[in-house]
Amino acid sequence: MDRRTFVKTAAATAVASTTAAWGTLARAQGEPIRIGLLAPLTGVVAAGGKEMVEGFSMYWDSVGKKSAGRAIEVIVEDDASNPDTALQKARRLVEQRNVHMLAGDLLANTGLAVAEYVRGTGTPYFIPIIAADDLTQRKRIPNVVRIAGYSASQMPRPLADWAAKKKGLKRIITVSQDYTFGHEQCGGFAQVFSNAGGTIAQQFWHPLNTADFSPYLAQIASLSPDGVFAMETGADATRFIQQWNNFGLKGKIQLLGAQNFTDQSVIRTLGAECEGIFSSAHFCEGNDAPATRKFVADYEKQFGKLPSLYGFSMYSGALWLDAAFKAVNGKVEDRPTFLKAVNAVQLKDSPLGRPVRLDEYGNPIYDVFIRETKRRSGGKFWNVPVEAYPGVSQFWTYKPEDYMKQPPYSRTFQGINAKI
Amino acid sequence: MKRAAMVAACLAAMAFVPALLPGYNTTLVTEMLIFATLAMSIDILAGYAGRTPLCHGAIFGVATYVVLYYASVAGGNVWVGVLLGIAAGTLTAVVFALLAIRTSGVYFLLLTLAMGMIIWGICLRWTSVTGGENGIRGTVKPEWLADQARFYYFVLVVTALTTAAMWRFVSSPFGLTLRGIKESESRMRALGYNVSLHLFIGFTVSGFFAAIAGALYAFYNSFVSPSTVALGQSVEGLLMAIVGGVGTLFGAFIGSVVIIALENFVSLYTERWSMVMGAVFILAMIFAPEGILGKIYSLLARRREARAAPLSKSSTATGS
Repeated sequence: MDRRTFVKTAAATAVASTTAAWGTLARAQGEPIRIGLLAPLTGVVAAGGKEMVEGFSMYWDSVGKKSAGRAIEVIVEDDASNPDTALQKARRLVEQRNVHMLAGDLLANTGLAVAEYVRGTGTPYFIPIIAADDLTQRKRIPNVVRIAGYSASQMPRPLADWAAKKKGLKRIITVSQDYTFGHEQCGGFAQVFSNAGGTIAQQFWHPLNTADFSPYLAQIASLSPDGVFAMETGADATRFIQQWNNFGLKGKIQLLGAQNFTDQSVIRTLGAECEGIFSSAHFCEGNDAPATRKFVADYEKQFGKLPSLYGFSMYSGALWLDAAFKAVNGKVEDRPTFLKAVNAVQLKDSPLGRPVRLDEYGNPIYDVFIRETKRRSGGKFWNVPVEAYPGVSQFWTYKPEDYMKQPPYSRTFQGINAKI
Repeated sequence: MKRAAMVAACLAAMAFVPALLPGYNTTLVTEMLIFATLAMSIDILAGYAGRTPLCHGAIFGVATYVVLYYASVAGGNVWVGVLLGIAAGTLTAVVFALLAIRTSGVYFLLLTLAMGMIIWGICLRWTSVTGGENGIRGTVKPEWLADQARFYYFVLVVTALTTAAMWRFVSSPFGLTLRGIKESESRMRALGYNVSLHLFIGFTVSGFFAAIAGALYAFYNSFVSPSTVALGQSVEGLLMAIVGGVGTLFGAFIGSVVIIALENFVSLYTERWSMVMGAVFILAMIFAPEGILGKIYSLLARRREARAAPLSKSSTATGS
C-alpha cells in the first residue's frame, strides 16, 4: 500500500466508524434506563477502577440487565484518574449519550468536579466510593447521593471509641497520606479518641507515594505509643505494612488502620505481615451473614479474587439503584420522584449484612464492624468482624447542626479535644 | 484581500456550529477554541521566537485559579475576577520570563518546566487557598452566559479578537525581530537589537494570551484543580501547536481540534485511547513533521512553484 492509498483508506475508515457511532446513538434513544458509569480505567488508580466496573456489571448481569421492566444500559467511561477528564466525560455522558443518571468515580477530586457539574444540570449522581465529607454535609447537593458509600470521617470513629474503651489504648500516633481523604479520616479518629480520654501523641503526614517509611517508623519506635492509626491507600499501604514488619514493630505496638488500609485491594498480595490489624468498616468480606457469604463466593468465582471496597461498593450501589427503579416502576425520567425513592430505599438483605438506610443528608447509616485481619482457610488473609457498632451515621453521636458548625477536618484542624 | 475573505468565511462557518452540532458537540467546540488560544500563545514563543516553553499550562491555570477563587471563594464580582486572573497569569509570565530569557534550547525547556512544576506544587500544597488536590469549585459564569450556544458565541468572539491580536503581534515589525532571534540570536545582537528585552516582551505577551484562555476555562469548567496547572496541560498545549504546525499560528486550531476530537471519539471505542493518541503523534511526526497546517502550506507553495516554474526560474520559495 503506498502512502496515498493508506491515507485514503484511513480517512474512509474514520468517516465510516464515526457515522456508525452516530447510528447507534440514534437507536439508543428508546427504552432502556441509561446509567453513565465513570471509573478510572487508566492513571494512578486504574486497578481500583477496574474493580468498580466489575462490581457494578456483576450485579446487573446477575439480574439479566433488567429492572422494573426496562432494560439497563451501563455506559462506561474512563475518567483517567483526572478531574478535568472526569468532567469532560460526565458532560459527554449527559449531553451526548443522554444518560438518566451518573454513577462512580474513585478519587475525591474527580467526584467533586462532577458533583459541581451536575449541580447545574440536575442529573442524579451516585457516589458509592467518593468519601469527601462535605458532599453530604456542609456543601450538600440534593441530586448527589452517596448510596452504599460512606463519608471519610464516619468510619474511623467507632474504631477510635473501641480502641479507647475496649482495647484500653491510651496514647496513639496517626500516620497518614497528606491529602483531604487522609485529613478527614484522621480527624474523625482523633476527635473521638481524644474525647474518650485518649491522647494523640503525634500526627505524621507524608506525601502520596512514599517509598520509604523508615523516618516515621523510627520516630514511632522512639515515642513508643500504645497504638498507631494508619491511613494509607494502595501501594503506600502495602509498603507501610511490610516496613512495619521489617522494623520489628509488629506485635509490639498495636496497629490500627482506616478501612482502605486493610482492604482486599491491599492485603490480597500480602502474607502473615498483615495479620492482626484492626480497622472499622461497613463491609467485612469475612462476615458470616448469608448474603455476604454468597456475594463473596460469587465474586471469587467470577473474578478469582476476594472483593475489594471498590467492587462491593459498586455492587451494592447497583443493588440500591435496582430497588429504587422498582419503587418508581422504572420511571427514572421523573427526577424528583426518583431521587425521593433512592433516599427512601432500605437495604435489608445486602452483602453489607445489616440493614442500611440514608440519613437526611444523603449518606448511609450503617452498622459498622470493628474488623481484624485473619488468615482464612487457603492461606489468604481477610477481614473478620470482631464487634459491631449499630447505627453509625456520618455525624456519630453529635447533632448534625452542631457538628456542621465545626470547621471541616484539615491538616490544621483535627478536632483533637474539641467538644461538640 | 484573499486572506480577509478566508477569515470571514471561517467566522461565518463557525457561527453555524450551535445550529449544526447542537448539544455536547457545541460544548466540545467551545473547549477546542479555548485550547486553541492556549496553543497559539505557546506558538508565539515556540514557533516565532524559537523558544519552546513547558510552563504555559501553569500560566493558564493560575488565571483559572484566580478567577474561581475571587468569584467563588471570596465572593467578588466575576468580571473583576477575570481581570485579576489575567493580571495574575501575566504576572506569573513576567516572573518566568525574567528567569528564563537568558537560556535557550533544552535549558529553556527545562527551566520553564521546573517553574511550571513550582506552580503545580504551590497549588497542591497551599490547601487553605487552593483547596489542595480537591481544587476549587464554583459556577462563576454569569447568568446570561448560562446558555450553551450563547457561551459558545462569547468564546468565539473572544477567540477571534485574541487571534487577530496575536496575528497582528507576530506579523508586526516586533514579531519579525522575534523571528530574527529564532534564526540567529547573535546576528540580531550584532544588528543592535536588545535580544533579552525582545524575548521578555514576547514571553509576557504570550503569557497574557495564555491567561485569557485560562480565564475562559474558568467559565467553561467551573472547576480547577492542580491537574489544570500540571505538566500534562503544558505538554498538551505544546502538542496542539506542534501537530497543527509550529510557526503557523492558525495551526493551533487544527491541533486543538485534532487532539480534543481524538480524546473524545477514540475513548468511545477503547480504554486504550492514549495509545491511539501516541500512534497519531508518531504518524504526524513521520508524515508531517512541520505540522498539519505547515504541511498544507508547503504543499500549496510547491504547487505554486510548479506552476510558476516554466515562466521564470527565479521565483523564490515562500514560508520558512
